[in-house]
Amino acid sequence: MNAEAIHQTLKKRFPDGVGELHTETIDPWIEVQPEHIADVCRFCKEDEALGFDFLSNLTGVDAHNDLLVVYHLYAYGKRHSAVLKVRVPKGKPVTKTVTTVWRTANWFERECYDLLGVRFEGHPDLRRLLLPDDWEGHPLRKEYMFPTEYGGIDNTRDYGF
Amino acid sequence: MMSLYNELPSTFVTTNVDKLINWGRASSLWYLLFGLACCGIELMQTGGPRADIDRFGSVPRATPRQSDLMIVAGTVTLKMASRVKLLYDQMPHPKYVISMGSCSNCGGLFDLGYSVLRGVDKVIPVDLYVPGCPPRPEALTEGLIQVQDKIHRERYLARNN
Amino acid sequence: MATLRTQEMELNMGPHHPSTHGVIRFILRTDGEVVSECKPDVGYLHRSIEKIGELCTYNGFMPYTDRVDYVAAMNANFAYALAVEKLAGIECPRRGDLLRIITAELGRISSHLIAVGTMAMDVGAITPFPYALRERERVNDLLEEICGARLTFNYHRIGGVGWDMPEGWDKKVLKFCDNFARITDEFDRLITKNHIFIERLGEVVVIPAEDAIDFGLSGPNLRASGVDFDLRRDEPYSLYKELEFEVPVGMDGPGYAVGDCYNRFVVRVHEMRESLRIVRQCVAKLPETAGENPIPKPKNFKVKENECYVRSEAPRGEMGIYVVSDGSDKAWRYRARTGSFTAMGAVEHLSAGIMLADLVALVASFDVVAPEIDR
Repeated sequence: MNAEAIHQTLKKRFPDGVGELHTETIDPWIEVQPEHIADVCRFCKEDEALGFDFLSNLTGVDAHNDLLVVYHLYAYGKRHSAVLKVRVPKGKPVTKTVTTVWRTANWFERECYDLLGVRFEGHPDLRRLLLPDDWEGHPLRKEYMFPTEYGGIDNTRDYGF
Repeated sequence: MMSLYNELPSTFVTTNVDKLINWGRASSLWYLLFGLACCGIELMQTGGPRADIDRFGSVPRATPRQSDLMIVAGTVTLKMASRVKLLYDQMPHPKYVISMGSCSNCGGLFDLGYSVLRGVDKVIPVDLYVPGCPPRPEALTEGLIQVQDKIHRERYLARNN
Repeated sequence: MATLRTQEMELNMGPHHPSTHGVIRFILRTDGEVVSECKPDVGYLHRSIEKIGELCTYNGFMPYTDRVDYVAAMNANFAYALAVEKLAGIECPRRGDLLRIITAELGRISSHLIAVGTMAMDVGAITPFPYALRERERVNDLLEEICGARLTFNYHRIGGVGWDMPEGWDKKVLKFCDNFARITDEFDRLITKNHIFIERLGEVVVIPAEDAIDFGLSGPNLRASGVDFDLRRDEPYSLYKELEFEVPVGMDGPGYAVGDCYNRFVVRVHEMRESLRIVRQCVAKLPETAGENPIPKPKNFKVKENECYVRSEAPRGEMGIYVVSDGSDKAWRYRARTGSFTAMGAVEHLSAGIMLADLVALVASFDVVAPEIDR
């Protein structure tokens, strides 16, 4: 299936939850409303024509005032792929978890929470993954300020040039 | 060491105790098997069949309690820094530290990032810095020989009195 | 007979531990030798590479991709170059592609050597590891000759490679291939067909195909579970379309079953053989491109607003590079999806009820390395 067909299938099933198909990028992407993402993903996996059994990548992108959560799906059986995006405001970055659909999403979502601060409702264990628990801020946001000190260790260095 | 060729058979040597102790210490520098990052692979290769650091009496130990030498092989992140300090504290005296590679020398390439310690000397004292990203096994071997030289120059008994 | 009273205990393993493949920590709950829960604690090597990707120019970021997977730096270079080329619409000359595939496959061999060597060591066989390191040195020599580095190569460029091959290099590669074909047989005799080894790893932590896909396993780990999928063959990039090679898949046999630790080991040994085939074919094609310049002009370029996700087959599974551009000469977002990350995520689910020693075997068979998990 190509991107248009996938989009139409999803749009037919979720008229409210699924937005426009964006074809201006190399990989066309479909916008999904945050409250519908778990249902859309479940449908993507369980529908026979779609058959997206593999969540290849889940990550977040800082989009100025919003955060985008990006889902790269792939179907081993059908050999086609799709890109879903969820837009959440930076002030209240909350979306639904897809760990119930693919178990691999567990760590992806934890990483996304760690580095961008997106909260996934329903995630079984939403803690920081890479950074220590007492770390402040979410580094992949554009406004993030690098720390000069952590845990009592001064982390600046004068290289003399 | 020199033989008392006038009075004793040539199988006798004389030396002072400090030199004898240093000779033993320098020839059995057991290092902590502690690969942090890229340099850890070169550390393995240095212990491997070609570079064979065993020739200099240096064998890896898995526990800090049996090691004399810590080779900080790779990037020390802020999350890891306190653990490196803990490992160093567990080693018995006298102990030596080689900082291997740019990352542990000064942060190296990851000076641009937010989560990397800019030099392991911020948490533990370093005896010798080996430059390179990563240093070749030859460079690390040279570093080991320099540490051995340093040991030979020490007056261990005199210092304790 | 009265049952023995047992007690659960909490056990810390790592971050400094000889068999955790870099700085990874496990927090275990065990009842005797049986693990009831295992929580991996990663991030001890989180070096903020994804953030640095936003701070460097496209060309300037290449050395950092080495550090995403330092055991197979060539493949990480390759993945990044492919992604930015697709994003910016840059073509790679044929000679550049051939040199890239040769170096990437040599990188795969050297990576798998570490994988099989450390795996054997982790389950108690020390001998194969120096054998693997010895052969790895030979690969390193070849790669050093073409790019000057032994581990972090920084050889591939966006739109080509950094240097053309030195004269006579292709002959050395062929000589290495001939020698290495013998070594793989030796390795088979030493360990792959070793009865003790099969007994130790056969039918240990069997992962069925559906679970493997659900856990997001990829590359050799997925193929060992019986899924016949290889990005080089099924979604070919670069020149892989023209090359002939087999894709080894996990098999049932006496003492072992599809999806167990032993199969994950064997798939890697077979992949080294197939990599040799690919290298030989590419070297044979090199004379056709004599005189072509594989080196792109070193210049800064800007990419208009766009994004792409490019997947390629790295030794530890699928390496997906997601790059978002914003019109400047730096990426807006760089993201690397790596095989080790998802494999490590699966350990949590797979470890309940297995023996402590089998956990080590499982992690070793996944061939995880810390930089790929943490980046």
